[in-house]
Amino acid sequence: MSIGHTLLGLLESGPRHGYDLKRAFDEKFGHDRPLHYGQVYSTMSRLLKNGLVVVDGVETGGGPERKRYAITDDGITDVQRWLATPEKPEPYLQSTLYTKVVLALLTHRDAADVLDTQRSEHLRSMRILTDRKRKGDLADQLICDHALFHLEADLRWLELTAARLDKLREAVAR
Amino acid sequence: MTPPAGSLLSAEQLRKAYGPTAALDGAEFSIHPGEVVAVMGPSGSGKSTLLHCLAGIVTPDSGTITYNGHELSAMSDSQRSALRRSDFGFVFQFGQLVPELTCVENVALPLRLNGGSRKEAERAALTWMERLEVDDLRKKRPSEVSGGQGQRVAVARSLVTNPRVLFADEPTGALDSLNGERVMELLTDAARSTNAAVVLVTHEARVAAYSDREVVVRDGKSRDMERAV
Ligand SMILES: Nc1ncnc2c1ncn2[C@@H]1O[C@H](COP(=O)(O)OP(=O)(O)OP(=O)(O)O)[C@@H](O)[C@H]1O
Ligand SMILES: [Mg+2]
Repeated sequence: MSIGHTLLGLLESGPRHGYDLKRAFDEKFGHDRPLHYGQVYSTMSRLLKNGLVVVDGVETGGGPERKRYAITDDGITDVQRWLATPEKPEPYLQSTLYTKVVLALLTHRDAADVLDTQRSEHLRSMRILTDRKRKGDLADQLICDHALFHLEADLRWLELTAARLDKLREAVAR
Repeated sequence: MTPPAGSLLSAEQLRKAYGPTAALDGAEFSIHPGEVVAVMGPSGSGKSTLLHCLAGIVTPDSGTITYNGHELSAMSDSQRSALRRSDFGFVFQFGQLVPELTCVENVALPLRLNGGSRKEAERAALTWMERLEVDDLRKKRPSEVSGGQGQRVAVARSLVTNPRVLFADEPTGALDSLNGERVMELLTDAARSTNAAVVLVTHEARVAAYSDREVVVRDGKSRDMERAV
């Protein structure tokens, strides 16, 4: 996920302080990992440098100086472009799993073992997500469902691959 | 061979052949009270056969099944069916409700078969129908409710006798994701609240994610993924 674009998007509804941005981010998107303050400030200084935000006011008090940020027109255009661009499907997990199954067959190991072990690992994550979903609100449920469907897709694909490679190996050996 | 300590239901070295087909070939299983165990594996691997043996519906060719300290093979047929009625509950892929009876009569049926009065049985049935959120369907017949509703009615029926073990074979197999998940939530909540053990046969990972652990069956042999690690 692009933190820069997400923070920019949060600024579209009105200027906010850095700590306010972090809180809004964590509340809406930070279920997995909340932002560090350092991430917020380094991201905001990059956005400042690129002219996507401006400093709209500085609060000086007893503590450290607190900047208030506002989005620029360029910033809004940037968010729009990001939203309009589809994400690249990530095939890297598949290729790792595929490599393992093929390697298992090539070395005369049981490809079903790879499948069972991976399923067990995937199920471990899926149980945690399912539990969180049961206890969470609608936003939690939707986020967890997305992760769950992806993990399930990995497994179904791996299962099908293992079954097919078994046939392939037999055919080749004949 | 002794069953694992604390287990409610366990099986050792189960073998069952149908003609030349070895449906079970040394399968093992064990479950504790309050535990939900998913039985997974490819089609035809022996999952349903294992469930039927554990529930005393099918007699294995060899091996031992121990329930609550008693060996199933040492019981007479009538003792086994009495045990099934008093201690076990069942849910299958297609609810298998009796079409001539209303939903509440269906849910009350196991209690009626155990000799309960109509009034008492239907009162207990309604309590379970409320928990499964289908009490408004009490007067309808199975043909007048949706697949998801019918499946919840079937789950209510399987729990009405407060079984110690609930056997569920692809309980969400005929449902879409949303209905399937709701049935799983209600089923596992209900089972946990009564400390029942659940043997859950499924090939769907998202359904198995409601379990505490999984056992994989392949070619009639079982693999306990937790104990294997
Ligand atoms: N009553 C029966 N008569 C003959 N063969 C049977 C019988 N029941 C099961 N089998 C065979 O035993 C094997 C295991 O069947 P089982 O129903 O246990 O598989 P399963 O894992 O439940 O499959 P599925 O996921 O398709 O339901 C299969 O080869 C099946 O054809
Ligand atoms: Mg089956």
